[in-house]
Amino acid sequence: MRNFQYFREMAMSRIFLGSAMCSVVAILLIMMFLFVGCLPAISEIGAANFLFGENWTPMNTPPSFGILPMILGSVYITVGAIVIGVPIGIFTAVYLAHLCPPNMYALLKPVVNLLAGIPSVVYGFFGMRLIVPIVRDISQILTGGGTGASILAASLLLGIMILPTVISISESAIRAVPVEYYEGSLALGASQTRSLFFVVVPAAKSGIMASVILGIGRAVGETMAVVMVAGNQAVIPTSLFRGARTLTSNIVLEMGYAAELHREALIATAVVLFAFILLVNIVFTRLVRRRERREK
Amino acid sequence: MRLTKFIDMLLFSLTKISAVITMLVLFLIIVYILANGIPHLRPSLFAIQHTADNVSMFPALVSTLIIVLLAMSFAVPLGIFTGIYLVEYTKKGSRLVALIRSTTEFLAGIPSIVYGLFGMLFFVEFLGFGFSVLAGAATLSIMVLPLIIRTTEEALKSVPDGYREGSFALGAGKLRTIFRIVLPSAMPGIFAGIILAIGRIIGESAALIFTAGTIPQIPQNPMQSARTLSVHMWALSGEGHNVGEAYATAVILLVVVFAINALSAFVAKRLTQY
Repeated sequence: MRNFQYFREMAMSRIFLGSAMCSVVAILLIMMFLFVGCLPAISEIGAANFLFGENWTPMNTPPSFGILPMILGSVYITVGAIVIGVPIGIFTAVYLAHLCPPNMYALLKPVVNLLAGIPSVVYGFFGMRLIVPIVRDISQILTGGGTGASILAASLLLGIMILPTVISISESAIRAVPVEYYEGSLALGASQTRSLFFVVVPAAKSGIMASVILGIGRAVGETMAVVMVAGNQAVIPTSLFRGARTLTSNIVLEMGYAAELHREALIATAVVLFAFILLVNIVFTRLVRRRERREK
Repeated sequence: MRLTKFIDMLLFSLTKISAVITMLVLFLIIVYILANGIPHLRPSLFAIQHTADNVSMFPALVSTLIIVLLAMSFAVPLGIFTGIYLVEYTKKGSRLVALIRSTTEFLAGIPSIVYGLFGMLFFVEFLGFGFSVLAGAATLSIMVLPLIIRTTEEALKSVPDGYREGSFALGAGKLRTIFRIVLPSAMPGIFAGIILAIGRIIGESAALIFTAGTIPQIPQNPMQSARTLSVHMWALSGEGHNVGEAYATAVILLVVVFAINALSAFVAKRLTQY
């Protein structure tokens, strides 16, 4: 009887350990399949030609696989999303953490959660039907042309989509600042707003940065919504009102029919994305760890 | 002096304006989708069979349910067991825990299209599942695993140590303590996490297009292709002549996702009653 119980305890603890190893195995499998899948493309095209090539013409003879337009597209659209989403997000977080009355909080907090819950296809469809036509009108007034499906439209939409990430992480960072900082500043005669923005917010800097980093990760990784509003031309973008293609869109647009080298080049595009997210993740953990260390 | 007052005022109103913008954006999206979608909600959109004429979302609804159930049947046991291992079986500062924790965080950050591509390379082609409900569900289960692990961990950590010590003092073994004492008290938190994971699966599309495929049918077995509601909505929005139907599908999608969010918040609130 005792033996049986001992055996059961041992067996289950092994099962728990085995389950815990699954996520490690999953990461390894993902890396293995992506890297092995992209190797032929990288060796044939050459890493430099692939990353810095300005032409993506997979159907030409000979084909050309340069993803610089997509890298720039991702960068421009993400920068635009950050410019739009981050200030609104941080100010909303300050409002949520310190300034808003309880009944406002009970309204605003679920709003943020619901924004996080809306599926990206719904965001994309909303962007396609409402944001793109508005951008088209603006672009026709300003530049006399343009379809509206553009960097500006994608940045606006992604700026909205990263709001919940920026707001909730910044809010908890601002809340984590010891209340003495705030009270000390008030005691020195600073006003409420001044204490918040010149003492509390700077003290929450690394947490707020972490929220921005995570927002960047979200914006770079977003696929379906961007495909629906960004225009998707695989050329180096020259204006806010021109279309652009991101790394993620490149995969989703062409994977359905790609074969051989073209296909491997798309897998290599995913590897570039993967590497970028890895970088974002490392920076994020660094920032969070710094905050935790300081809190101790 | 006047300048500092002005800056104070400016910053204060900026916080208010930002909060209002955040709220307006959500209301704009909801109102816009509802206003354009509700008039197009016709009974034929829920016909059993999908045809090019009725673009029924009924098969997509059933497929969504199947994929959710299948994905959760992989992810829930794995996620809960991992959470138990991390909280109950490891010492603080262990290398292995650090490794598992950072891989989980990393998994959470990977874009869904990369999951989709991996699912295609691994489940669809390497394991030979083909474009199938099974391949889609397996891919999604990896995708939501971090969410379930994290919420399980937090729920288990919030169970007071006194519960465990009391159980040990009464002579219960570790397993019995976990399954009879700790897990039941942590259940609301774990459930809230599972419900959130279901919401993520319902909203997902990029990871499914190249794994579960896009065929609008009710799958007869797990090896057949099917599209979920989100994928259905994406397919409709791409065809210019089904705009009204796409709005109607968006309405249903929003209603389902919001209901799931509300359910999760409700369940999580029960946690705080302890």
